[in-house]
Amino acid sequence: MTTTIDERPVAPAVRPRRARALPYPVLLIALAAALVASTLLATGVGPVGVPAGEVARILLHHLGGGTDTGAAADLIVWRIRFPRVLLGAVVGAGLALAGAVVQGVVRNPVADPYLLGLSHGASVGAVLVLTTGAAFLGALTLPLAAFAGATAAMAVVLAMARHRGRLLPMRLILVGVAFGHLFAGVTSFMLACTDSSAAQQQIIFWMLGGLSGAQWATLPVTAAVVAGVTALLLLRARRLNALVLGEEASTALGVNATRLRWYLLVLTTLLTGTVVAVSGGIGFVGLIVPHLARMLVGADHRRMLPVTAVLGAVFLLWADVAARILVAPAELPIGILTAFLGVPFFLLVMRARGLATRESA
Amino acid sequence: MRLDLDSVTVALDGRPVLDRVSLSVHSGQFVALAGPNGSGKSTLLRTVYRARRPDSGTVRLDGRDLWSVPAAETARHTGVLMQEQHTGFEFTVAETVALGRTPHLGLFDRLTRADHEAIDEALARTGLTAFTARRVGELSGGERQRVLLARALAQRPRLLVLDEPTNHLDLRHQLDLLELVRDLGVTVVAALHSLDLAATYADTTAVLQDGRLVAHGPSAEVLTPETIGAVFGVDATVHHDEQGTRFVLRPRCVCPDEPCHWSCRTRRRAEVGADAR
Repeated sequence: MTTTIDERPVAPAVRPRRARALPYPVLLIALAAALVASTLLATGVGPVGVPAGEVARILLHHLGGGTDTGAAADLIVWRIRFPRVLLGAVVGAGLALAGAVVQGVVRNPVADPYLLGLSHGASVGAVLVLTTGAAFLGALTLPLAAFAGATAAMAVVLAMARHRGRLLPMRLILVGVAFGHLFAGVTSFMLACTDSSAAQQQIIFWMLGGLSGAQWATLPVTAAVVAGVTALLLLRARRLNALVLGEEASTALGVNATRLRWYLLVLTTLLTGTVVAVSGGIGFVGLIVPHLARMLVGADHRRMLPVTAVLGAVFLLWADVAARILVAPAELPIGILTAFLGVPFFLLVMRARGLATRESA
Repeated sequence: MRLDLDSVTVALDGRPVLDRVSLSVHSGQFVALAGPNGSGKSTLLRTVYRARRPDSGTVRLDGRDLWSVPAAETARHTGVLMQEQHTGFEFTVAETVALGRTPHLGLFDRLTRADHEAIDEALARTGLTAFTARRVGELSGGERQRVLLARALAQRPRLLVLDEPTNHLDLRHQLDLLELVRDLGVTVVAALHSLDLAATYADTTAVLQDGRLVAHGPSAEVLTPETIGAVFGVDATVHHDEQGTRFVLRPRCVCPDEPCHWSCRTRRRAEVGADAR
């Protein structure tokens, strides 16, 4: 009973760990602190600067149950910027998490929710509202149409990707990409057919994403969905690890691969649909943030999912600050900023770490 | 753990891959599966670890139908080492082996001391303790194979299912692996290409041909020149001595008639000989 493979002397009893700068709990606390600091700083930044100390005072006043004081700073911080900063953080966390989970589900590190046609479906819904000027549900018409579009797109993709009761990654990607192109065609068609240049402008802004519509009213539902889905995803993190190893490996570990893929994709659709509904089609966050998280803490989803959420929140929050101030008083679509900030940063980190590029990986 | 296959039939696209296979393995027995490519070895193993439900017939573990219990319960006592699937994600050795505990853990459970003991023991047994922080993707094929074995061992299985476990392994590690598996004392079903290894380590050998079980018994009785010739299409000489059993194999012309099939090495050798003359 004592046979072992290879009797070569082994390392002493310490459990060697991946060489990294910070232990995991310290890293997580540091990131959370960075998120809180970013929230305060980002709320202060804008055409009218408000010092961080003043921001903290105003926020504490309101969070303590205080009412509007009528001061200009109070109005700017509490009514305009703070809900927008919070929404940015929530949207960033949601997009990044959705990206990480889709990458795991299709076992492909270059996937994101958009690869499965989700955002193109949301665009169809949104553009339909913008071109027809429909407003039967008031201000909620646009987000609800986008959410319905994303959900319908995913339902169609899942239905078509199903084969003999199984849901296999390659089929999912192929069907998702195909429908993505179809939806993009529909969107372009509607864009080309509309005469109103104002509507065209709105459509382009919507497709590139933005948080200018942020209000306190939109925040609770979005935040609740993102928080709830995040909790459910974290519970499945270990099984997602098994799923990433492949169909046979998950079966051997007692994980029903097809059932888990369904469950995770439905959650991802809910997450992406909710977030895209309030922010438009913000690209790239779902693709790169999970990679940054993996570079920091490795591929184990129990560690990388929380890091992904926090990093996504911080990243989008600052991208939105840049969107607000670069061409103030006008605004840039945030999708342009995520590309401008994200791509160079991502390439720098990748080169510095030399990861994600090895052939054997 | 006792394993009984009763008249198991599996068809793929209407073509039978396993044809009414019945096989009983008693607790602690090491059974080698031998047979040419496509004879149904992997499919048989897949029915044992629930990756494929038989179209008819039953697979029973300790007398209970495999499909009457939840998948997670099967995985708590069945460890599997199968052909590796490529993954683009960079898991470390420690993370991969720790996944062996998955079937033992609920959604809210964290790894307990007992889980860590099982993981550490699996790493030590497979000689991977010094590798824990390495990424699986940067290991050699043989080292990766040991990681997969360690993951299966971390499950603390009572039944081990091995599909070509000696793939990618050098000679020393082939012997080490099979010796380790045999000495665990658990029930083992292993598809093996090497008849030498089957005869050395397995208690019995089951021979498959075209999805049918053509022989099962003690390796020395089953692996005869006649059976080997009929199943693999090679001429075999079997040497038994106190060192063990060895097989000397030569290709045989299996062409039904002249001229020989292009792949017939017997004919080609004859032609080369004629040219030399």
